[in-house]
Amino acid sequence: MKRLVILGAGTAGTMMANHLHHKLNRKEWTIDVVDERTEHHYQPGYLFLPFDIYKPEDIIKSIKDFIPSDVNLITKKIDRIVAADNYIQMAGGDQLHYDLLIIATGAKIAPEETEGMNGAEWQHSVFDFYTFEGALALRNKLRDWQGGNLVIHITEMPIKCPVAPLEFAFLADSYFQHKKMRDKVNITYVTPLSGAFTKPKSTAALEHLLEEKNISIESDFAISEVDNENKTIVDYGGKVIPFDLLVTVPTNKGDELIARSGLGDDLNYVPTNKETLQSKDHANIFVIGDATNVPASKAGSVAHFEADILTENILHFIKSESLSATFDGHANCFIETGNSKALLIDFNYTHEPVDGMFPFAGVGPLQLLKESKMNHWGKLAFRWIYWNVLLKGTPIPFVSANMSTAGKHFN
Amino acid sequence: MEKIIAQKTVQVNEEGYLTNFAEWNKEIGEEIAKENNIVLSPKHWEVINYVQNEFKNEVPLTIRKIGKSGVVDIKEFYALFPVGPLKTATKIAGIPKPAGCI
Repeated sequence: MKRLVILGAGTAGTMMANHLHHKLNRKEWTIDVVDERTEHHYQPGYLFLPFDIYKPEDIIKSIKDFIPSDVNLITKKIDRIVAADNYIQMAGGDQLHYDLLIIATGAKIAPEETEGMNGAEWQHSVFDFYTFEGALALRNKLRDWQGGNLVIHITEMPIKCPVAPLEFAFLADSYFQHKKMRDKVNITYVTPLSGAFTKPKSTAALEHLLEEKNISIESDFAISEVDNENKTIVDYGGKVIPFDLLVTVPTNKGDELIARSGLGDDLNYVPTNKETLQSKDHANIFVIGDATNVPASKAGSVAHFEADILTENILHFIKSESLSATFDGHANCFIETGNSKALLIDFNYTHEPVDGMFPFAGVGPLQLLKESKMNHWGKLAFRWIYWNVLLKGTPIPFVSANMSTAGKHFN
Repeated sequence: MEKIIAQKTVQVNEEGYLTNFAEWNKEIGEEIAKENNIVLSPKHWEVINYVQNEFKNEVPLTIRKIGKSGVVDIKEFYALFPVGPLKTATKIAGIPKPAGCI
């Protein structure tokens, strides 16, 4: 028997287990999934937790409920990958040999990368919402916060779900309006980018929305430290921004396991061929989702599209064929804009988000790059789709792995 | 579009970044630096050579990477190129503006 090992049972790892347990010849292959955790979190839900829109039980389920029964789920800590000898060294001393390895160990926040970030004010007036604990602590803080300067801040790119901090700003505007205290809150959006987003057309649309919602933007801000005593953030150029409540997205990094294994770049992301998803250094290692260094969004929708491509390429690799399936960087994201509306963007490595209709040209029903209630219902429906369709590796009807240009308005 | 910099006609984009690194030379670098109120010292040139090498090796550039380059730390980088250091340094170096990947 040959062994395929998947490291990580998050969105990407779970989808790969569900794809491959159908597709591999199970008389020849066993499949193992390794993850030390027992809970699967719907990470997009962290955005809604601080505003009391979702409750913790809406976003947490058990990992084992989503792993097929003919796949071995190993709930243990991994020490390192020994790529030269094709085995996983487990923390307890066991070794797990593999013929094929899929790394799906994701990315997480690293507040310790910025001076003072996880200092005295951490979870008192400095919060993250990229962890369950952070989002929950922030919810408790917001419930009886009296107002002041709310600063929403991105430390450095790349981050998971690059639109999430913008959504946080929009939802905060709406939340304080409903609490009849918007006039007591100044909202500032602070980014290391030159504008609200990385691509010109969506930046223009999103900056217009920020202005409309009276949210000020500070761009090109490269943070050097959080000053806990004076409650300010300071950038290398000397700019100082005061806060009463700082909601920051700390530096994101790949798992420490990647560093221990000597397989990562300076942010612990694994150098990966952006089209085939094969590791650049080891032919029998493939990488998917947030763990890669490919220049696509770090988002569940990207992992979903990658999973289709990677499944094909794993099958090619086993048959010693060329890896002919190529990923185009496709991402598809709903952007909550508050007051029960949302935007939708759809883009890839080469095509920036533009306006148009989705998924059917001229018909929709979803509109690209425009606020609508329908898009908001799409975003909320997505939680059901995530648990019931996406994780199981079932294709989402009418949405292909590689991006379609139909119905879009390119200039 | 075309632009004449240091008596040489070069191709630039709408933000003034050279679109063909092969057209770059040191005089062009000095001229763009002057437009940004920077007089290039040997330390500036070390940084410019570093970012050009990273570009040739297709390594995406970030402020973090510069800070860990061993050429300058981030504070020194800001002291050399005060306003938007990475954007300014890459412009002078004749390479594309880093995308700040998405």
